[in-house]
Amino acid sequence: MQSSVLVVGGGISGMTAAIEAAECGRQVYLVEKEAYLGGRVSKMNKYFPKLCPPLCGLEINFRRLRVNPLVTVMTGSKVEKVTGASGDFTAVIKTAPRYVNEKCVACDDCVKVCPVNRPDDFNYNMSETKAVYLPHAMAMPAKYVIDMSVCKGEACSECVKACKYGAIELNMEEKTTTVKVAAVVYATGWKPYDAGKIENLGYGQIKNVINNVEMERLSAVNGPTGGKIVRQDNAEPVKKVAFVQCAGSRDENHLPYCSSICCLASIKQANYVRDQYPESEVSIFYIDLRAPGKYEAFYKKMEKDKNVKFIKGKVARIEQDESGRATVTVEDILGGGKLKESFDLVVLATGMEPTMKTDKAVDVVLNDDGFMELDRQTVDGFIPAGVASGPVDVTTSIQNSTGAALRAFQCGVGKRG
Amino acid sequence: MTQEQAPKKTGAYICSGCGIGECLNVDELSKVAKDELKTPVVKTHPFLCGSEGVELIKSDIANEGVNTLSIVACSVRVNYDIFDFGPEVLLDRVDIRERVAWCHEPNDEETQALAGDYIRMGLAKIKEMNHTSPYKIESVSETIMVVGGGITGLTAALNAARAGHKVELVEKEARLGGFMNNLKKIFPQTAPYDTVSVNDIEDRVKEVEDDPDITVHLNTTIKSISGGPGMFDVSLKDGSQSKINIGAIVLATGFKPYDMSKLTHLGAGLPDVISGVDLEKMALDEAIKRPSDGKPARRVVFALCAGSRCDEHLNYCSSVCCSASLKQADYIRKSDPDASVTIVYRDIRTTGTTEHFYKSIQQDPGIFLTKGDVDNVKHEGDELYITIKNTLLGGPVTIKADMLVLATGIVPTAFDEKVVATIPNDQMQDFDREQVGKASILNLEYRQGPELPDLAYGFADSHFICFPYETRRTGIYSAGAVRHPQDSATARNDAVGAALKAIQCVKMVGRGRAVHPRSGDDSYPEFAMERCTQCKRCTVECPFGAINEDEKANPIPFPTRCRRCATCLGACPVQIISFKNYSIQMIGAMIKSIDMPDEFDEKPRVLAFICENDAMPALDMAGINRLKYSPVVRFIQLRCLGSINLQWVADALSSGWDGIMMIGCKHGDDYQCHNIKGSAIAEERTGKVQETLDRLMLESDRIRVESLAINDYHRIPELIDGFVEEIGNMEPNPYKGF
Repeated sequence: MQSSVLVVGGGISGMTAAIEAAECGRQVYLVEKEAYLGGRVSKMNKYFPKLCPPLCGLEINFRRLRVNPLVTVMTGSKVEKVTGASGDFTAVIKTAPRYVNEKCVACDDCVKVCPVNRPDDFNYNMSETKAVYLPHAMAMPAKYVIDMSVCKGEACSECVKACKYGAIELNMEEKTTTVKVAAVVYATGWKPYDAGKIENLGYGQIKNVINNVEMERLSAVNGPTGGKIVRQDNAEPVKKVAFVQCAGSRDENHLPYCSSICCLASIKQANYVRDQYPESEVSIFYIDLRAPGKYEAFYKKMEKDKNVKFIKGKVARIEQDESGRATVTVEDILGGGKLKESFDLVVLATGMEPTMKTDKAVDVVLNDDGFMELDRQTVDGFIPAGVASGPVDVTTSIQNSTGAALRAFQCGVGKRG
Repeated sequence: MTQEQAPKKTGAYICSGCGIGECLNVDELSKVAKDELKTPVVKTHPFLCGSEGVELIKSDIANEGVNTLSIVACSVRVNYDIFDFGPEVLLDRVDIRERVAWCHEPNDEETQALAGDYIRMGLAKIKEMNHTSPYKIESVSETIMVVGGGITGLTAALNAARAGHKVELVEKEARLGGFMNNLKKIFPQTAPYDTVSVNDIEDRVKEVEDDPDITVHLNTTIKSISGGPGMFDVSLKDGSQSKINIGAIVLATGFKPYDMSKLTHLGAGLPDVISGVDLEKMALDEAIKRPSDGKPARRVVFALCAGSRCDEHLNYCSSVCCSASLKQADYIRKSDPDASVTIVYRDIRTTGTTEHFYKSIQQDPGIFLTKGDVDNVKHEGDELYITIKNTLLGGPVTIKADMLVLATGIVPTAFDEKVVATIPNDQMQDFDREQVGKASILNLEYRQGPELPDLAYGFADSHFICFPYETRRTGIYSAGAVRHPQDSATARNDAVGAALKAIQCVKMVGRGRAVHPRSGDDSYPEFAMERCTQCKRCTVECPFGAINEDEKANPIPFPTRCRRCATCLGACPVQIISFKNYSIQMIGAMIKSIDMPDEFDEKPRVLAFICENDAMPALDMAGINRLKYSPVVRFIQLRCLGSINLQWVADALSSGWDGIMMIGCKHGDDYQCHNIKGSAIAEERTGKVQETLDRLMLESDRIRVESLAINDYHRIPELIDGFVEEIGNMEPNPYKGF
């Protein structure tokens, strides 16, 4: 019988499950496929409804990790195989080479000499980094990483020469680790629904049509524009911005469920626009405005802003006009008739698609939407957390991830009797 | 570590890597530590965090008897694992990388002076720092008490028991199950989420009743709770007046339906106008009929948001009424296929996978969904006339119905409108205000009042998105509908999380350590009681209600309730409160340690107190981004801005500092302070410094409080340079050199 816990996914849900378990005295292995912890949340500019920076809570969690020796963080890693049964699993974890070892001091000398650029996936490819890069300024761990798909390798070796600390290992190899655990918490999170699949909305074709996660980066000080919300074709300030709700969600052809967070995310992003441009006008096209519970106040406050219009109507299509702006055609249910209006920027409130829908872990049971329901699992000891379990907001993710830690204790050594 | 400590032998290790050596004269820095401050061991290394550097330190610990370390290198936020030499070694980090080399002019006199001062401050600090030893209580109760026997409480109890804890479950009614006992069916619980699920509350009740580790107290409420986490003494109001020893508490008392009688504008009081709760009962009894005459209800109208999302009643959305009404519409259609149902809504809020259920209900041709607001309800003959405005068709429409169902919202049981303020507003303290409207549930014997402070609308919720279980009473965690409006599936998940936090709290108490936000901290405040003046500042200002008072107003600290923010230390006017590794003397020594230029040097010096949670990491970000700002500022990081003691301000002014900044988290309604109001308290205290400044005949503008979020690092140069410029325009502090 084991007492350790394996947590798959190092976003806010996985970090929460890991830290909460470790603070109860459990050994935890936290496995994250990216080179840094924090997942989607680290790319968010602000949270609704407080409009506070997610980095603030992340930092507290990072500190909890720093002072807690019971959590083994494995970034750049994937769980390849889990065998055994509840209370006694064996998991095989593959760690991709980072090409930068633990001697890295984050001094940035390597970046100064690296001759190759790559799209910055942290900024959803809206900017570039060098082939050697720090994922972002607050990255945990604060160690650089090399993207070997673009690095020129030993033929170049400029970074190797520049690094005074011997931190670069261009021939680093994949590592395999085997751990024994009592339970596996799957906190694999989500990805934004590919808006390119919604043909009539022009995403991918019209420059000034972006999705809501890109809007977060565009608004963030550490984003591609230093926080300036600008038109994507000419970098001019925006005067009129539209938000198109249920872009993919509540649609049998795309995501049949409601993604729960998009209404509030758009209200939050409308705040970004209104704060940055006092003269700006915002239109939010929605089917039902879903601001449950206390979030209602956040909606009500925005409703009072005369420059923000909430329009109940389904967007039929988006086209580019001759000036490069995006023209939105919408069935205006409340006003009656059709509405056609041009905007400098259109933000598609794309929904959340569970990561496991396309990248399912072996032996995990998913429902038709791709979510992992606890009661459907055929392997006892496989526990879902966060958005892997259903489309929920950050705070609900944290609640059920905290609970996931306790469910893990009910396997193996912590099991009663 | 609790035993007698060996005398300190300090080693200062200065790193010259990462550009430090190119920016600063490290030999000169070494002389500051060695010659000026007589530090016994001073070494420099080009790569201190490398294996050779670490070995150098280890060897000095082993061979030279060094037991106190000042690591003069990078931020404490990095290489924490590398510079960890075990609990026997006292360690402090002095950051001359992010805070000096990366953001100031290289090879500049002022930059060099800055680094020198950081070394002076660091060595002064570690001289006053002591080893911590955890606060341990004699016997820690690991029993979890769950208050409320509804679905949330049952789930919390079962999950805590299954993890090996004894549970005491307190329910005020005569049976377990709570509100769910009234439900015929529940919302869809599993994919494809398109049909209602069986209400399995009886199974949950049986599981609890059969569980050997759960003791159920029916017909019981709480008389009082004293003590703190790990050692709560709970007196129950039951037949036997029993007392139990509890480790931590889950508050799961749920909700009550909004009082329908207040909804006369929606027809409440008229015949055949009922609430959703009434309808549920009819469905449970298999008798959905018009109450007035027992005839079949063939035309039924549901008015959603009955009281919710409304300024006069409930400002919030009750979250469950849309789904509950869809479920009830389905009951009606299933029991009478000839019946028609009209649902009048503003927005259908079936978030998440409940959307599938909404879609399936929309397939029923006998259920009509109409956007609008019920404007008027009349009863004429034996029919109801319901006028709906703001419809999609424009003008108001009136429909006839046999029965109108008001989807009344939910009110947290923690809220009681009858509990009103008993003292005039201007005499109330914050914590008095926090107790207004609080239903009597926990009856805590705490100086700051008997119930959990709420966030809004009476919900016993946390303020934190990131840390939803953090209440302001350590060891008490709320879950379910008492926390915020939620359905039973969400409540069950919430319950498991709250149970985990309760278990974690007793484990941390057992190890003598703090829970969030300073998780794992084993320091705690100690009170030099012989000098206490009974001023009550500490008992009043503690954000977590950790300190009681005796009848003579002496503070009675409860360290297991304490979150180690040190607000009490800041509050105390006679400076009797200290932590082993954080004290008035320690910060004071840092303030007095620097090489203060004299008044003719034209080198102003500004002291900036910063919050370690947000402002400190922001400062690191400024360094990582190589932002440049004035080198005349020296930062001292605090546990929280709420721990600022005015003695430090006086120390700074009397030692010649020209200006003082306090940089903390945003306060106000959307406060970001993890200790609730640290920055607000700092601002309040600073107001009082005015007097001190007047006495010293100094300009009050010399002191400024600023808020800075963690991602506001780009504002740092402007913030710092702006203040430094203003200070530069003033005369130097006349107390320089005294």
